[in-house]
Amino acid sequence: MSMTMTQKILADHAGLKEVVAGQLIEAKLDVVMANDITGPMALPIFKQMADKVFDKDKVVLVPDHFTPNKDIKSAENAKAIQDFSREQGLTYHMVQGKCGVEHAILPERGIVVAGECIIGADSHTCSYGALGAFGTGVGTTDIATGMATGELWFKVPSAIKFVLKNKPQKYVSGKDIILHIIGQIGVDGALYKSMEFVGDGIQYLTMDDRFTICNMAIEAGAKNGIFPVDEQTIAYIEEHSKKEYKIYEADEDAIYDEVIEIDLSQIVPTVAFPHLPGNAHTMDEINQLEKIYINQVVIGSCTNGRMTDLRKAAAILKGKTVHPEVRVMVVPATQKIFVQCIQEGLAEIFVEAGCAFNTPSCGPCMGGHMGVMAKGEKCVSTSNRNFVGRMGDTESLIYLASPETAAASAIAGYIADPRKVEE
Amino acid sequence: MKAHGKVLKYGDNVDTDVIIPARYLNSFDAKELASHAMVDIDPTFVERVEVGDIMVAGKNFGCGSSREHAPLALKTAGVSCVIAKSFARIFYRNSINIGFAILECEAAVDDIDEGNQVEIDFDTGTIYNKTKNKEYHAQPFPDFLQKMIQVNGLVNYVNEKKGK
Ligand code: SF4
Repeated sequence: MSMTMTQKILADHAGLKEVVAGQLIEAKLDVVMANDITGPMALPIFKQMADKVFDKDKVVLVPDHFTPNKDIKSAENAKAIQDFSREQGLTYHMVQGKCGVEHAILPERGIVVAGECIIGADSHTCSYGALGAFGTGVGTTDIATGMATGELWFKVPSAIKFVLKNKPQKYVSGKDIILHIIGQIGVDGALYKSMEFVGDGIQYLTMDDRFTICNMAIEAGAKNGIFPVDEQTIAYIEEHSKKEYKIYEADEDAIYDEVIEIDLSQIVPTVAFPHLPGNAHTMDEINQLEKIYINQVVIGSCTNGRMTDLRKAAAILKGKTVHPEVRVMVVPATQKIFVQCIQEGLAEIFVEAGCAFNTPSCGPCMGGHMGVMAKGEKCVSTSNRNFVGRMGDTESLIYLASPETAAASAIAGYIADPRKVEE
Repeated sequence: MKAHGKVLKYGDNVDTDVIIPARYLNSFDAKELASHAMVDIDPTFVERVEVGDIMVAGKNFGCGSSREHAPLALKTAGVSCVIAKSFARIFYRNSINIGFAILECEAAVDDIDEGNQVEIDFDTGTIYNKTKNKEYHAQPFPDFLQKMIQVNGLVNYVNEKKGK
């Protein structure tokens, strides 16, 4: 057999010994997830197929995009999934104030573990690849079908193997690595494919780094991103979950479309300029340019709203104040992270520095609320998309960066190099 | 299955945030969504589009968020098919799942101009440009997917399978 890690997970879930790239299969699902935008739309479709979900342990509906409800329509949508979740007796009943952004809460609550086949009606469902699982974003009808039947059709993807080598430098984290990679291969560089990350460099990447990297696999067009399971993964899963997990490894003779080596020690802080995540510029280049003054900074989202992200941002902001003309939103990705920020004193650092410290939500990431931009405004954001109009007016601009670059920029008032803050 | 209409043409990387901007997502009424389709890159789209029209675009069409609102908005606005060099994968799935036809064909995209009259035969993947009297060939869908589009989407497909 010569299958990639992803192909092995899919084959097992389809009850097949072997699958090949391009093959159409129907696979069993371990977790089916939707949110307050995609969930309500799926419910009427679901009802055309079934009255009860296929398994109440395996369907999760997370209110995160427009919560706390920003207007009446959003309130109705959040209510629709909350009501449905209660009526169906779903094991993981998610209510705002007790959950968080979907892709952070599912791993944190141990709902997703290694070896699983997970679909979410949200494109960043690829985040769970960090755990050695197959996670992929699908549409509303897919989700309704998944909720009703516990199965879904897939086209088996081919893969690109990324061999990560050496140790990244200080102030370089998962975000810089994935922005660098997307900058190199382009926003459709892995279209329909898996991005499998291997190599001796992954030992230096925290679980949070891996979540960030897999989260943005979709920004290169990928079907999923995936890391092998190592000691760190196992420690994380055992800390967060009681579920059984399964470790899959790619076959030694697995066939890849391409093998790309990335020397992590050569990567410097990287920023994606508007309007594509692949529009990567290194901080060394940016330092040569005229200063890019900004109006807003967002630190949060399913990409970079986790504990280590916020610790890194706080380390830079500690004892400093944000630029007088810049608005800063810090949005922890889950309630647990929010509480931990208070306990560790991070909340105080943020608030004293002049940031708004907000309740867990997608918030400004998709221009929903809590930080929408006016025409002509510029924002450095730790989120994953900088498309036209993503965070407000179509003439506002988003620069994607790491939490450290975002924090350094918040202080400077322009896109700033985190390596220079101490100077 | 066949389609016929005039062409509305766009570039590369048309993302779902422009097909239907997030600010309209608190509704999932198909007609309401259709009334805002493409507004951020083409404010005249909604006025110009007629039932049967064919959208032609570059590579990575439908990239970005997983919103099924996007193909639904285009389908409801009257678009009969999108021909692109390539599609973002979730948009591709969503389209098939709601029975909205999409085809990948580089040659057609390079040659067809805005306003051309085009005919499509989905069974063979043949795209015929009446204005220029030229023919292009796309890969027809594999059987499994043809069936899904024929029964108008995944829901009917599942229900047929269950005998519901
Ligand atoms: S934080 Fe942003 S990218 Fe993540 S799920 Fe929410 S809206 Fe989507």
